[in-house]
Amino acid sequence: MNLKKTVILGAAVAGLLGSSMAIAAEQFIGLPSYRVGPYAAGGSGIYGGWIDYMQMINERDGGINGVKLAWEECETEYNNARGVECYERLKEKGETGNSVFQPLSTGITYSVLDKVAKDKIPLVTMGYGRTDAADGRVFPYVFPLITTYWSQATTMVKYIAGKEGGTDKLKGKKIALLYHDSAYGKESHAVLEKMAERYGYELTKLAVAHPGNEQQSQWLQIRQLRPDWVILWGWGVMNPTALKSAAKTGFSREKMVGVWWSGAEEDTVPAGSAAKGFTAAGYNVAGADYPVIKDIEKFVYAKGHGNMEDKSRIGSVYYNRGVVHGLITVEAIRKAQEKYGKGKALTGEQVRWGFENLDMDDKRLGELGATGFLPPLKTSCMDHEGSGKVKYQQWDGNKWNVVTDWIDADKEMVRGMIEESAAAYAKEKGITPRDCSKEM
Amino acid sequence: MQFFFEVLIGGLLSGVLYALVALGFVLIYKASGVFNFAQGAMVFFAALTFVGFLEVLPGWTGMEEGGRAVFWLAFVLSLAAMVVLAIATEKFVLRPLVNQPPITLFMATIGLTFLVEGIAQGIWGANVRGLDLGIADVPIEYMMDNFNILISSFDVFAAAVAAVLVAALALFFQYTRIGRALRAVADDHQAALSIGIPLRHIWVIVWAVAGFVALVAGMIWGARNGVQFALTFTALKALPVLILGGFTSVPGAIVGGLIIGASEKLAEVYVGPFVGGGIESWFPYILALGFLLVRPEGLFGEKHIDRV
Repeated sequence: MNLKKTVILGAAVAGLLGSSMAIAAEQFIGLPSYRVGPYAAGGSGIYGGWIDYMQMINERDGGINGVKLAWEECETEYNNARGVECYERLKEKGETGNSVFQPLSTGITYSVLDKVAKDKIPLVTMGYGRTDAADGRVFPYVFPLITTYWSQATTMVKYIAGKEGGTDKLKGKKIALLYHDSAYGKESHAVLEKMAERYGYELTKLAVAHPGNEQQSQWLQIRQLRPDWVILWGWGVMNPTALKSAAKTGFSREKMVGVWWSGAEEDTVPAGSAAKGFTAAGYNVAGADYPVIKDIEKFVYAKGHGNMEDKSRIGSVYYNRGVVHGLITVEAIRKAQEKYGKGKALTGEQVRWGFENLDMDDKRLGELGATGFLPPLKTSCMDHEGSGKVKYQQWDGNKWNVVTDWIDADKEMVRGMIEESAAAYAKEKGITPRDCSKEM
Repeated sequence: MQFFFEVLIGGLLSGVLYALVALGFVLIYKASGVFNFAQGAMVFFAALTFVGFLEVLPGWTGMEEGGRAVFWLAFVLSLAAMVVLAIATEKFVLRPLVNQPPITLFMATIGLTFLVEGIAQGIWGANVRGLDLGIADVPIEYMMDNFNILISSFDVFAAAVAAVLVAALALFFQYTRIGRALRAVADDHQAALSIGIPLRHIWVIVWAVAGFVALVAGMIWGARNGVQFALTFTALKALPVLILGGFTSVPGAIVGGLIIGASEKLAEVYVGPFVGGGIESWFPYILALGFLLVRPEGLFGEKHIDRV
């Protein structure tokens, strides 16, 4: 082979390699995770499940229509300043920039709220953040998907009413709200007060100072008050402390209902036997007997690519919540590809459209191996929540068991409050709400 | 009235738990004049190491899971880990800073906090664990039956442990040679060195004893609320106790703890409802600040007099 032929062959090989590299597009997803610090237990479970799902999509399907998923973690330690730093660091990464930002922190959410619209990166706040962001006309780039705190509060009252024999039986009942003394803890007040007016129950609010590792005075007050139900709106160490204090004061855990940030193994295991009988809300369920989890085990862990060091956490509430994050993110990208071109890496603006046009009905959830794992979800320009449904799970001393079907939120009441609050925000910020009839 | 006493007694018992954490601060401050910002992290490190050993030892040694032998071996190994931490702290943090201003040493302990927290989670992981010491956290029946007052058997146990620790430490400081040497070092590093007191050994000893106190506090708080990162926050409860009781007094830590515990609970119950509740986090600091105005050295602290 002479020199000329060698050069031509080399150029041809280089060209082929180059073109194949160009074909192998990658969709970048920045992960502002927290694996150290005060909330590492939750962060490691959620981000672990999410990464495992994306890994599974790459291994099993070769990505989304051939577009492999790529990601990079940035440690926030649940700290607002670091969260913003991670947002800035991740936003230009990948060939099309960051596709979506999901910080799992209300504080970080508020810190980047104005930035995401400017940078055109969707901000997904599943189970936290601003409830009124469900009004997509005012918050085009923010997605408090599946359900919000307000929706959840209405399902809690419905759950209690179900146990009491109907909403008419709530009249005269005493409900104590034991809440984390923060913006998060106070989020449910307006809804629960409004429902108290409607159904006639007596609501007593008891604040617990952060971090919540001391609750003796609150539980002595509960002992005096003798409520019929206690709603636990806790976070972190506040949850096991509440369960232990309830046991100490002789309050039945069967009469305690927790928010979804009180309903993980991390909340019940430290409380030991005191947690038995406690019920909590969830927008995802616990358990590893779902096809989607089986596929993760088959295509990821069997090949030694799993993200979780402690494999016993696969199927836990937080792990599965991470899988839900993965499922919805991948589905949004897939949906956006249908509009903007299959097999292409998309921009954040294009992925935003995907989040706004999600349609994950029972049939689709079945195809994804996630029937019953999360509720059906349909978003639109008007509605960035998409579902509002919540299931309740009870701790039996070893594991969470689902005890209800998906309970619908009182949409009529919640939607009115959302629109009112979003309109006030739009006025304050000088935002002109979008006309959804013109959106497609 | 029964409710008032219930709140008061509960508060006093909680105060003993605060005092347990405050003791660790007092020990180090007494011996080295350093306000050890890392004490809360040490409580977390000690408790996490203890439950970590409880988990791995049965697999390593074939001992019965949950048995007494595993418990005590885990305790001894955790104590050894605290001694290693004390030696490392002396060698890499304190020794290079001998005779530096207290603020420099204080800043060094802030750095130490992040290091200790990171090492603990790096070795044992971030999972939240339960800890069962075999003491039920249930009301004492006698008090319930006769006075309708709720007092937890676990809180009484914790108070007894704290009382024994305080008595032992008070005797140690007052009547042993090492105790006297510790006090000498606290007064003046250079003067203590000049009369032949081995500063390095003394620092290792006092950090190791503070590590032991952190282990006991971590086990009790961990059994109460679970072994998790929030154990580091127990230090926040100890600060007003120290201001009130004095940074250099072991009995002061106990008395300060009792006052803070009782007053914060009474304030939460009787004042809280008028100001929106949740005042337990800041009320002790207001109380401590008020105290500072009247008695800056605390109840039992040493009065500092400089000759001009």
